[in-house]
Amino acid sequence: MRMAARFSNLEKHYHLGDHVVKALRGVSAEFPMGDYVALMGSSGSGKSTLLNLLGALDRPTLGTYILGEHDVSKLNDRQLSQVRNQMIGFIFQSYNLIAQYTVLENIQVPLAYRPGRPSLSSNDINRCIDLANQVGLSDRLDHRPYQLSGGQQQRVAIARALLNDPEIILADEPTGNLDSKTGEEIMALLGKLNREGRTIVMVTHEPDIAEQAKRQIYMRDGLIAGEGIFPG
Amino acid sequence: MIQRLFETIRLGFKSLLLHKLRSGLAMLGILIGVTAVIWLVALGEGVSYQAQQQIKDLGATNVIIRSVKPSAGSSTGGGFIVEYGLTWNDYTRILDGVPTIRRAVPMREIKSDARAGERSTDIQLLGVTPDYPEVALIRIERGRFISDKDVDRMENVCVLAANTARELFAHENPIGQMVEISFNSVSDVYKVIGQTESRTPSASIGGSLEGRDFNRDFYIPLSTLRGRIGDQVVTSRSGSREGELVQLSQITVTVEDLDQVEEAADIVEILLEKFHPDGDYSVTVPKELLRQAEMLRMMFNVLLVLIAGISLLVGGIGIMNIMLATVTERTREIGIRRAMGATREDIITQFLAETVVLSATGGMIGVVLGFGCIPFTFAAQWAAETWFYDMWRMLPPTIHNLEPRIEWWSVVASFMISVCVGVLFGLYPARRAAMMDPIEALRHE
Repeated sequence: MRMAARFSNLEKHYHLGDHVVKALRGVSAEFPMGDYVALMGSSGSGKSTLLNLLGALDRPTLGTYILGEHDVSKLNDRQLSQVRNQMIGFIFQSYNLIAQYTVLENIQVPLAYRPGRPSLSSNDINRCIDLANQVGLSDRLDHRPYQLSGGQQQRVAIARALLNDPEIILADEPTGNLDSKTGEEIMALLGKLNREGRTIVMVTHEPDIAEQAKRQIYMRDGLIAGEGIFPG
Repeated sequence: MIQRLFETIRLGFKSLLLHKLRSGLAMLGILIGVTAVIWLVALGEGVSYQAQQQIKDLGATNVIIRSVKPSAGSSTGGGFIVEYGLTWNDYTRILDGVPTIRRAVPMREIKSDARAGERSTDIQLLGVTPDYPEVALIRIERGRFISDKDVDRMENVCVLAANTARELFAHENPIGQMVEISFNSVSDVYKVIGQTESRTPSASIGGSLEGRDFNRDFYIPLSTLRGRIGDQVVTSRSGSREGELVQLSQITVTVEDLDQVEEAADIVEILLEKFHPDGDYSVTVPKELLRQAEMLRMMFNVLLVLIAGISLLVGGIGIMNIMLATVTERTREIGIRRAMGATREDIITQFLAETVVLSATGGMIGVVLGFGCIPFTFAAQWAAETWFYDMWRMLPPTIHNLEPRIEWWSVVASFMISVCVGVLFGLYPARRAAMMDPIEALRHE
């Protein structure tokens, strides 16, 4: 089975003065294509650090990280930017839309940073409109984020994450800012995307959200503490 | 490539329009700087153009020797009569002594007033020879100038300047009319034979030449002036009588070639020095004045560039300040863009484009306002003349006749500098934006 992402012995150290803080102390895992993983753990367990490494927002101090067929653990800043642009879709807890842009413009943002930076074609725009359709926002294309509900904003973010047809979708507490009903709608959307074959890694600390993933990985003190449904 | 540049600029405009007031205030410094540079250069060039034109009017191949009234105390001769200045002997000495001389034109000048029927006016009475118009660049509008025959026969004829003619005869044709002038209790009547064209009054130049209003002139043959009035002029002023004994007010020497001017001036100095120990004369070389004026203009321009530099620097700091605030405020946006694949260069380009658009827009508006200098100056002159005539009258003729001259280099340079200021002062905020850690930036509240 082809792997969407795999990493082994990832370590991340931070220097605080003379002090070295080890946020990750050697974690290894494999995410096959179509996997749906919930990363759980208390704050400080290293799950956010791991998500940042998976998102190519940062480089590991030690260890290797293979995304698709590429080793991204040794890339420079410019190459990491390209990896983020081409292979990763981000969904954040606070949506992270650009406030002055419309829904359509927000979905288009990753296109501005494609390799070679070509300008937008009508095909590109049609694709963005298609994605807005898929997340049910076809009638909100010209709205700005402040005119949308939280759930609608998160749908825009999901459409944006799908634009580059990513290897892996990284969701950081995607329902954290939403009421439970809207949260369920977003989770249903993620579930649908997973059934369509998307690989999703989601950080959450809500067990009932984590339950909807195919598997759960628990982290503690910078290590993977276990896998499966947390007992109790 | 070009398309991407346009896209970047378009995005720059777009995000600046989000904060119209802030952007407007930020570009104000640059705008004012650019406008000020164009205005100052245009006004400065206008003034210096006037001065140069005037000096050229004096004739580059001329040496002008004038009588200068010595300061009280050092006066020679007794009583209330002050004797000073150039003499006919000086005239002959110069004619014989300067080898390169082409001609020497003597002139005697007295303040007086003239009467014609009911009307009278202040005039500047000038005793001249027929070649005076050539050295003083006088043009005849009607009639003719004084001829050799008039001088030989000591005719009582006169040529009026434009204002004098208007004051005495309003809109009548002055030719053939009679004008009365009195001196030393004797009055004479002169027949008008010509009238000169109106002419821009000159301002004083570097202290060596007084400003002069040619439009109050009243020309008569020099021989007539000597015969009728004489060298001595006595005026009664508030009870006390004072008099001057002056043979010639001015001798204008013209040499053949431009290179001979300085030498001729030196010879004139040597010739006169001996006979005028108290220095009651001055020698002016228009060519030298021209060079001084050119130097002055260059110094002025250097000063302007300095002032411009300072104002644009201040403008640049204003822009940098705003951009730093903008970068901080948009930290989250920077994080989002980085997560979506923007490189550091993309972020630098984005913020630099905004700064350059800001400063270039300010510069462009500044250029437009800069061109307003000409109509504004004319409007101000008109307004001052119409509504504040008393104040206006007291201003020097330089201001009355000032025509700003917009220099293309000042427009190009100030606009280019404003763009450069944008790049220079935008670089630091843009770099700061680009160097942000994307993880930190995404977490920024």
